[in-house]
Amino acid sequence: MRMHSLWQQHGRQLGTLIGLLGLSAVLWILTPHFMTISNWLNITQQTAINAIIAVGMTFVIISAGIDLSVGSILALSGVVMAGALKADVPLSLALLFGLAAGFFCGCMNGVLISRGKLPPFIATLGMMSVARGVVLIITDGRPISGFAPSFRVFANAEFLAIPIPVWIMALVYLIAHLVLTRTKLGRYTYAMGGNEEATVLSGVHVRFHKTMIYGISGLLSGLAAVLLTARLNSAQPIAGMMYELDAIAATVIGGTSLLGGEGRIAGTLIGALIMGVLRNGLNLLGVSSFVQQTVIGAVIIVAVLLDMAMKKRRI
Amino acid sequence: MLALDDVQFELQAGEVHVLLGENGAGKSTLVKILSGAHARSAGEILLEGVTVDLNTPRQAQALGISIIYQELNLIPQLSAAANIFLGREPQKMAGILHHYKMIQDAQAILDQLRTGVDAQSRVQDLSVGQQQMVEVAKALSLHARILIMDEPTSALTEQEIKELFTLIRRLKTQGVAIIYISHRLEELYEIGDRVTILRDGKYIATHRLTEIDKSKLIRLMVDRDLGDHFPKVRVQTGEEALRVERVSRRPVLEDISFSLHRGEVVGLAGLLGSGRTELARVLFGADRADEGSIYIHGEKVKLKNPADAIHKQVAYLSEDRKSQGLVLNLPVLDNICLSSLDRFSRLGWVSLKQEAEAATDYIDKLRIRTPHLRQQVRYLSGGNQQKVVISKWLCSQARILIFDEPTRGIDVGAKVEIYQLINQLAADGAAILMISSDLQEILGMSDRILVMCRGRIAAAFSAAEATQENILQFALGENQRAHA
Repeated sequence: MRMHSLWQQHGRQLGTLIGLLGLSAVLWILTPHFMTISNWLNITQQTAINAIIAVGMTFVIISAGIDLSVGSILALSGVVMAGALKADVPLSLALLFGLAAGFFCGCMNGVLISRGKLPPFIATLGMMSVARGVVLIITDGRPISGFAPSFRVFANAEFLAIPIPVWIMALVYLIAHLVLTRTKLGRYTYAMGGNEEATVLSGVHVRFHKTMIYGISGLLSGLAAVLLTARLNSAQPIAGMMYELDAIAATVIGGTSLLGGEGRIAGTLIGALIMGVLRNGLNLLGVSSFVQQTVIGAVIIVAVLLDMAMKKRRI
Repeated sequence: MLALDDVQFELQAGEVHVLLGENGAGKSTLVKILSGAHARSAGEILLEGVTVDLNTPRQAQALGISIIYQELNLIPQLSAAANIFLGREPQKMAGILHHYKMIQDAQAILDQLRTGVDAQSRVQDLSVGQQQMVEVAKALSLHARILIMDEPTSALTEQEIKELFTLIRRLKTQGVAIIYISHRLEELYEIGDRVTILRDGKYIATHRLTEIDKSKLIRLMVDRDLGDHFPKVRVQTGEEALRVERVSRRPVLEDISFSLHRGEVVGLAGLLGSGRTELARVLFGADRADEGSIYIHGEKVKLKNPADAIHKQVAYLSEDRKSQGLVLNLPVLDNICLSSLDRFSRLGWVSLKQEAEAATDYIDKLRIRTPHLRQQVRYLSGGNQQKVVISKWLCSQARILIFDEPTRGIDVGAKVEIYQLINQLAADGAAILMISSDLQEILGMSDRILVMCRGRIAAAFSAAEATQENILQFALGENQRAHA
């Protein structure tokens, strides 16, 4: 009975986890270097940025929305922060500016969707273009580079032998998990995605909570910008291109339904890791990036097909 | 259960045969069988003495049976001609439209009906009455010999109704037989030849309209064995909980005034579209009133959204629990607590323990049959789903409950449980407004009864004065009477 209900509640995540373990086993056999601590630190560090963006995407998709603007918001946050640092604004304040810029853009998305009644696809498609355009205007298309060492801790420093980005990622997942399962906002995220009309008629302030969800997505894009800017030691105006697709892929591989109302944060972490492991393994095997692109696309399709087949069997 | 049980119906060429019955009497089912949209499980249909198969709408069309639904089936952006010939466009050769011929033929039919409609005008630019003419023209272009009209006058002006009736009389002289469904009794006498009455899916009687008066018709529509059991318990009525003064939301609600007291169950009767649900939505803050005031526990309130209403301890159990009452893919627990998370949380942080305790409590009290708290509500039976919605509102500590068709689609056993629950709530001092299309339910459960008709409260009865006949009379708009 216990095992049974465990499978019922977490079956989808366990399935994805088995996929991740199977994939790792195959890569271990093919290339022994894969299963080393240094390589795994490498994988998690490289996954961190996509994984953090995917957390926001998971909230948005559970609420039956989509956020195409995460990559552009990342670039905007990065540029705002880098500009502030260059202007000798204190580090903590510069970080705050960057995160605030992301949060603000996300809330704009939320307002357009919840008050303006725009479909999320359209609102965030517009924001994707607007934010990118603003970045290019501010920077005139040139990257902003060279920061104080204090900023670069977000890329290089370690704590207990684990890189800071991995700690940040872990923290984000922990908090996001708690928010989704233990707070009103989390509960309403599922409810809105499952049946928005019933949720409104249950007295939930849907417009406010929806705005917050997109705000969180923007905020996390801003956080990803901190890590990316530190790693590259440069804020690129073209940073984050196509990141929305990786985030959507991680979310969907992780078992979140694009129809909304379903999904778990742990699934998204596994989904992001599967993508990271796949990229890393294919790199180690010397597979060209063109082939990698194809393989990753196929994995997304297969993962979702499997998910649908499993759901059908359960019903 | 049979939607339609052993019904006989005979239609003669050139007659207007009225089909009459309450909501759910089986009119639509019969019409759907005749138009090939529903299959019959037994019996036969003869057309001009020959047994016919009516299994698809296309077969029915080929046999000359056409139906015009209340919501017209036209494509607004296309011309009248294109609508008339949709799917059967005249062609010059395969794939190439013979545009000119289509317009000419369409115009010929429209002129023959003396409609005054230009075949080239777009349907969206026509009035509702003219659109109906286009539907009739479409039916005739299919060589319809039998025309079914479902509430054709419900959206028409007086003048348009006159024109429609002229058209119907002309069709009669051409030998077209018409099945006419309407709730407006006065109309039936003007246009109908014979009337067949259905009740609870059964055939009751057929009469010539010249030989039967309105009161007899109404009696035939409602009279049935009062076998069902309503465990009504009357309690001492307390102070006023809700007062509505001159509320209007045009065009669906007009000048609504009534009050509701603690411990009282007020039944709200009326036909579909009479404004009952619209009134409930205004009282729940889901829609705004244009005019009038609402008082809750003596205090004048402005309800901007459902959250405001819930804050004032108002609850609305909607008629469609699946689309408006429940989040089907969420667990029982989450659904029960959805409206009251504020109570179980501090600074946005939900106490899962308190929440589970409350939900378990309601599951026990209302005897909700579910394997565990985390079961998705989609897997529960209709009766249990309805109890989950009721739990949600009890959990929100509502004191004024609006129940919209609380027992629709629920089996008999669960119905009685819900009636007992309503009694219990009233006994605890809650005020209940119960909307229902089931007159027996209304009569069996209410302390007072309000009857709505065309957006107004047409009558108010005490439980003692009310009968199925007088409720239906006012619901049909057969009488006007100042409400108490």
